[in-house]
Amino acid sequence: MTQKTYAGVALEVNDEGYMIDKNQWTKEIAKAIGLEESLELTAKHFEVIEFLRDRVAKGEGLTIRSIGKSGIVDIKGFYALFPGAPLKLATRIGGLPKPVSCV
Amino acid sequence: MIQKKEEFPLKKVCLICAKGSIEDVYAALVMANGAVMEGIETKVFFTFFGLDAITKKQMTKLHTATVGNPAMRMPNGWAFPSLLGAIPGVEAGVSAMMRGQMEQLDIPTVPEFLEMITAGGGEIYACKLAVDMFKLKKEDLSAEVSDIITIGEFYGLCGGQGTQIIFT
Repeated sequence: MTQKTYAGVALEVNDEGYMIDKNQWTKEIAKAIGLEESLELTAKHFEVIEFLRDRVAKGEGLTIRSIGKSGIVDIKGFYALFPGAPLKLATRIGGLPKPVSCV
Repeated sequence: MIQKKEEFPLKKVCLICAKGSIEDVYAALVMANGAVMEGIETKVFFTFFGLDAITKKQMTKLHTATVGNPAMRMPNGWAFPSLLGAIPGVEAGVSAMMRGQMEQLDIPTVPEFLEMITAGGGEIYACKLAVDMFKLKKEDLSAEVSDIITIGEFYGLCGGQGTQIIFT
C-alpha cells in the first residue's frame, strides 16, 4: 500500500495502483489516473465508468459481457476506449477494485 | 502505470481446440477471452471435433458426455450411472442443463463468446485438414473465423518471445 497524489488529493493505493477507498473517487482523480495511463478521458469514458461504479455499488459482478449489453458501448467500443486490458484499466481509473471475473 | 509483477509477461497465447464437448470448447473459449481481456495477443485454432464450436449448425448444440464420463455426477453428488447416461435424451437434457447453468453465471453462448473474442482483437482460425475431412465450406463456419489454415501456417503466427501454445 502506498500513498499517491492525484489531482491534488492524497490517496491510498494498493501495489497494483488500485484505490483502496472507492468513495474518495472524483472525476478529476479519474482524469489524473487516465493521464498516467496516457489516456484522455471523454464523456463516453465516464459513461462507462459510471455504469461500472453503479454495478459495484449494487454488489453485482463486473463482466465484459455486461458492458456489451449495457447499451452504452459495444465490446469492440469498450476495447477502443480502454486499450489493452480494458476492464482492469477502467476499474483502476474508476477508483474501483480490480475485477475478478473470467468473462 | 499498472505495476507488472512478472519480469517476462505473457505476450501471445495460441490455443488449439481439438474436441467438441461443451467442457472442452468452453475451456478454450474462456482461456482465449481471458487472454484477450488481459490485453494479450490471442489466436485460436479449431481442429477435428473442435470445429463444431465454429460451425454455425453445431455451435449452439454442444453436448457433454453422459456415458464414459467418469467425472459426471448427479445433482446430489452421487456417481452418474452409465446405463442412465445411455438412455435416449439424457445426454441432450444434461447438456441443456449445463448451458442453463452457464447462462446464469453470465457465461456467453458460443456464438457470443466468439464475437467477444474477436471484438477484443483475438483471431479465430479453422484447421484446413479437418475442414476437408468433415467436408465443410467457409459458409458453414462462423463469420468470426478469420481464415482456414494449415497447422504450419498457424505455427507461423505463433512466433515471438513470450508466446505460449496451449492444447485443449
